[in-house]
Amino acid sequence: MSAVLHPHGHGADHAHDDHHGAPHGWRRWVYATNHKDIGTLYLLFAFTMLIIGGVLALGIRAELFKPGLQLVNPELFNQLTTMHGLIMVFGAIMPAFVGFANWMIPLQIGAADMAFARMNNFSFWLMIPAALILAGSFFMPGGAPAGGWTLYAPLSLQMGPSMDAAIFALHILGASSIMGSINIIVTILNMRAPGMTLMKMPMFVWTWLITAYLLIAVMPVLAGAITMTLTDRHFGTTFFNPAAGGDPVMFQHIFWFFGHPEVYIMILPAFGIISQIIPAFSRKKLFGYASMVYATSSIAILSFIVWAHHMYTTGMPVTGQLFFMYATMLISVPTGVKVFNWVATMWKGSMTFETPMLFAVGFIFVFTMGGFTGLILAMAPIDLQLQDGYYVVAHFHYVLVAGSLFTMFAGYYYWAPKWTGVMYNETRGKIHFWWTLISFNVTFFPMHFLGLAGMPRRYADYPMQFADFNALASVGGFAFGIAQVYFFFFVVLPTMRGKGEPAPQRPWEAAEGLEWEVPSPAPFHTFETPPKLNRDATRIVA
Amino acid sequence: MMNNIYKKFEQASIALFAMASSMAWAVNDLPGGPAVRQLNLHPPVTKIAEEQVWLHWFMLIICTVIFVAVFGVMFYSIWKHRKSAGHKAASFHESLKVEIAWTVVPFVIVILMALPATKAVVASKDTSNADLTIKATGYQWKWGYDYIKGEGEGIGFISTLDNAQREMSNSGNPEPTDNYLLKVDNPLVVPVNQKVRIITTSNDVIHSFAVNSFGIKQDAIPGFVRDTWFRAEKTGDFYGQCQELCGKEHAYMPIHVKVVSAEEYTAWVADQNKKLAAKQDDPNKVWAMADLMQKGEKVYAANCQACHQASGKGMGPIKTLDGAAVVLDADASKQIKVMLNGQNNLTMPAWKQLSDSEIAAVISFTKNNWSNKTGQLVQPAQVLAARQ
Repeated sequence: MSAVLHPHGHGADHAHDDHHGAPHGWRRWVYATNHKDIGTLYLLFAFTMLIIGGVLALGIRAELFKPGLQLVNPELFNQLTTMHGLIMVFGAIMPAFVGFANWMIPLQIGAADMAFARMNNFSFWLMIPAALILAGSFFMPGGAPAGGWTLYAPLSLQMGPSMDAAIFALHILGASSIMGSINIIVTILNMRAPGMTLMKMPMFVWTWLITAYLLIAVMPVLAGAITMTLTDRHFGTTFFNPAAGGDPVMFQHIFWFFGHPEVYIMILPAFGIISQIIPAFSRKKLFGYASMVYATSSIAILSFIVWAHHMYTTGMPVTGQLFFMYATMLISVPTGVKVFNWVATMWKGSMTFETPMLFAVGFIFVFTMGGFTGLILAMAPIDLQLQDGYYVVAHFHYVLVAGSLFTMFAGYYYWAPKWTGVMYNETRGKIHFWWTLISFNVTFFPMHFLGLAGMPRRYADYPMQFADFNALASVGGFAFGIAQVYFFFFVVLPTMRGKGEPAPQRPWEAAEGLEWEVPSPAPFHTFETPPKLNRDATRIVA
Repeated sequence: MMNNIYKKFEQASIALFAMASSMAWAVNDLPGGPAVRQLNLHPPVTKIAEEQVWLHWFMLIICTVIFVAVFGVMFYSIWKHRKSAGHKAASFHESLKVEIAWTVVPFVIVILMALPATKAVVASKDTSNADLTIKATGYQWKWGYDYIKGEGEGIGFISTLDNAQREMSNSGNPEPTDNYLLKVDNPLVVPVNQKVRIITTSNDVIHSFAVNSFGIKQDAIPGFVRDTWFRAEKTGDFYGQCQELCGKEHAYMPIHVKVVSAEEYTAWVADQNKKLAAKQDDPNKVWAMADLMQKGEKVYAANCQACHQASGKGMGPIKTLDGAAVVLDADASKQIKVMLNGQNNLTMPAWKQLSDSEIAAVISFTKNNWSNKTGQLVQPAQVLAARQ
């Protein structure tokens, strides 16, 4: 029996559980206040959105398989690219990491639950109407928003009513994110077990603490930008409307002031997950824990002063361009420190390569490529060639898919035994890894060439010289999509149903942390009284 | 049964791959535009682009060296420090010296990278002392070019994608064409070895003017002017495409720059001025129905057909013209107003850049084509009056 679906299948400390145990049926999920249940809801929601966003992406790839318009008209094509971006960023990646946070943060710091259990419920259930409004915008008059996920004015001012729906949905998602962040910050700062000092916290908790601050800082900025868009559209303001003295470029400044920290919001928790998995499978402590914490903080702080590298071609003054170029290149230093630390952790370890480790190593390898293309794009003169082209598309998929998504897979394989109480099938995990890694690179590596050769992004049709690499990317894209369907039906679903070998309390030989101090599956309530911890705060002492 | 399905699948996939690869055989490199399976930046024809190509190689080499070094270490470790190879884990987990070293060394490398980039940024931003200044205006979805200063001052025209290519795209099965989606009616013509300053602006949403071989890309922002420059060192045809999402026809507003010798340029300017004089509208000329229809059909094909379709019925959010009240209305001023100012938040753009006779002709055409048989004519004088 698995804890994910059946909370009552576990052992000795039950008498107490039943007292205020899990409600049954739909009430358990709708009224959920348990961090584990809410974590499960977030993860399932995020996976659903990943599939919806993925189907849109395959629509894009199918259209681009060969020159000419075969499947969609350019209007619908723009809707596909826009909605793919919005759904993946706000519906898949961000909620998935919140799901991991809900499941793991209380378990890792020895807390009974999240600080604000009912707000936790509210912030999850807010996402459902938001997702329905967002996805439903396809059925509104004029179709879904088609101005790109960046919603640049004044194009966004030309959109139909679905633009207002998207703005409303983003507002709700933003409110949900802010509540989630407050919850995470308060939980981490106030509910740690005695002895779990800040500098003993697991890296995943650290990275989420920093991420939560980033979220609180920038979600209101996005809310501001889209509210201005809304009032420009309906209430006669002219923030971005040049015809009445507004400035379209101001929208980009505000948007990217949110947007750049946003990309770190999507990658810092990933760094945290990797920083836990690499030591576990290297059987060696994380190298340079303190410098990892400082590097993460520096990345977060620097992320506020680099936004205009998305805007080199808007025509900034030369000093502005130089400032943003230098600041952006500077970020590669703390990011490099992290990669070096991971490699040093592996160095002279005693490594095994179960699926979580495979995804973690795969992440470091492929993410670093995305990091280097980021450094190349940061150079303003080169960016003049590559801005708004396929090189950029390749770059951000290398950091968002190979970065965030790969680590989520790694995290799933690593923690699912604790969540469900059964081991996933190792062979299937390895098939999923290699299939994903290879098809990912087949899809996105050719896009570097397309970008260098000058193919612009968001194009429904393209000059024929680009045909071969596009066909290749499309084939890879479909293979990648099928790999994730395989993952759900052949890896995730069996573990959720409790099929598979029962997981021991410590499925990984050298994994450290309080989550491994509770049985598998983790009981519905854990750490109801604060545990007494050893000196490292990695074990409970009796 | 299964066998049958499998066979069908096999045939379909063979057909698909044959289709994709046969295209590659038929298409050739386009000089000044993309090459088949091009792997790197375009061959540069300006100093700035040369600098960019150099910088890109410089960065690529440094990054590759670091990449190979770091992952050499990692894969060596993966191979040697396996548990299955019997390796026992060491217990070290920090070293201040090493950590300082791998913070400082990357910092120094980054500074070294920034130095040549700084030089290139400063050079690309220096738009002073131009020999020729041209304003490029983005429209949904075409480019307007106005020669503002220098030889050819006063020349101005609109540059639109070849309509046949647009229709090929719609057909879903375009014939192999080397300059597919890059062919325009009126290319931008500039002299070789002269500093050309491009001022960009836009009529509606943000577009972006870019030519890869020149190493330039500059957003065209409505309500604002921005500039960039190039000095082409070779004659020939060079291509670019709009780079900033600007609505549904974003992929269909290419840029074609023809770089010619000084003499050819002078001849071209003279020719343009002659045409300009000939085109000069006499606002008081009264046109006959046949002439208006003939001219109107051309204007319609070049400007309106992409959205409103040859059938005049539009599609999706695009309104129909066939049987539309505003078209049939006896009061032509309503339709003139829509043409001059646009409508629906500029989903229907403003077309005031067209000449009076062009607007008069295209309105007359829509009033008397398809099932619209109003018999009404609109004369250039009416348009001119409505402009004031």
